[in-house]
Amino acid sequence: MEIREEEFLAPGHRGCAGCGATVGVRLALKALGKNTVAVSATGCLEVITTPYPETAWDIPWIHVAFENAAAVASGVERALKTQGKDAQVVAFAGDGGTADIGLQALSGAMERGHNIIYICYDNEAYMNTGVQRSGATPYGASTTTSPPGKESFGEDKPKKNIPMIMAAHGVPYVATASISYPEDFMKKVQKAKEIDGPAYIHLHQPCTTGWGFDPSKTIELGRLAVETGSWILYEIEDGEFHVTYRPLQRKMVDEYLMAQKRFKHLTEEERERIQHNVDALCTELKI
Amino acid sequence: MVNIGACVKEPGSTRKNKTGSWRTFKPILDKEKCIDCENCVLFCPEGCINKDYDIDYDYCKGCGICAEECPVKAIKMERG
Repeated sequence: MEIREEEFLAPGHRGCAGCGATVGVRLALKALGKNTVAVSATGCLEVITTPYPETAWDIPWIHVAFENAAAVASGVERALKTQGKDAQVVAFAGDGGTADIGLQALSGAMERGHNIIYICYDNEAYMNTGVQRSGATPYGASTTTSPPGKESFGEDKPKKNIPMIMAAHGVPYVATASISYPEDFMKKVQKAKEIDGPAYIHLHQPCTTGWGFDPSKTIELGRLAVETGSWILYEIEDGEFHVTYRPLQRKMVDEYLMAQKRFKHLTEEERERIQHNVDALCTELKI
Repeated sequence: MVNIGACVKEPGSTRKNKTGSWRTFKPILDKEKCIDCENCVLFCPEGCINKDYDIDYDYCKGCGICAEECPVKAIKMERG
């Protein structure tokens, strides 16, 4: 796979050392090229890349509000089309801006069939405001609003399955990806660009600050998620589902969980429950 | 006049902000050992390693991902 040398996200941004979101955006923009207009929801990415009066973006970029990245992307796409301009519109939103706050606008954009790519960079909580739980926080994770204690053990609800909710809209392309598998991710972004109509990519992205691991381990954690079957790489093209990466030998989920502070409080019994859920899904998908 | 928002007219202007000052540990690459796999280039959150594997210390925050992901351990993290 030919990978562009050009960078479209400048250094000097305020992301934490070891930030996974900026890795994801760099890779996506390398796959898309210069003729791209980006939209961001409110979130880490918006805050770290655009500390006024500076911007890290080397392509046109717009931010309006937390809830409407998909609506803004729809408007930009339609305006460019009306003006006869050919540019790819891509929206980047976090899991909060996608699974919770922006879900209505996203659903509307998918329904209307705009030719946009929507990439959710999923770090599994509201990291920008201090690690509050979101609909995409996984079962068992400790966040500041799902703390473990006498009356609770961390997040008590399963992770909301946004890619499948998107697939249920009947859009031409839905995929999951991970920053730790750059070729797989970039191929999916390129495919999303080639497809006429809305495309949704759900990008799993470890967060050193919110998950509690050493900044050097960002990529390793993303890899562990996939190698343990905790995060599955697949795509759904015109309704056809297929897994794009299968670990040679699936690792135990414990290896992924115990490498992170947010799961450290889990008892053996709770970790076994998580392993059981992962096993059930992986067996179904023959992983 | 109603202020309708803010517009930043200079693309990539965060380059003014030298995040290298955040760094505690510095990645040092031994180019003799390098096998040209591009892992460090692709996985750098700052995008501050170029195709010739020169690390831009003006921006490197010292996260250590490059050293961690180097398959031949050609990058060492050193204090300073």
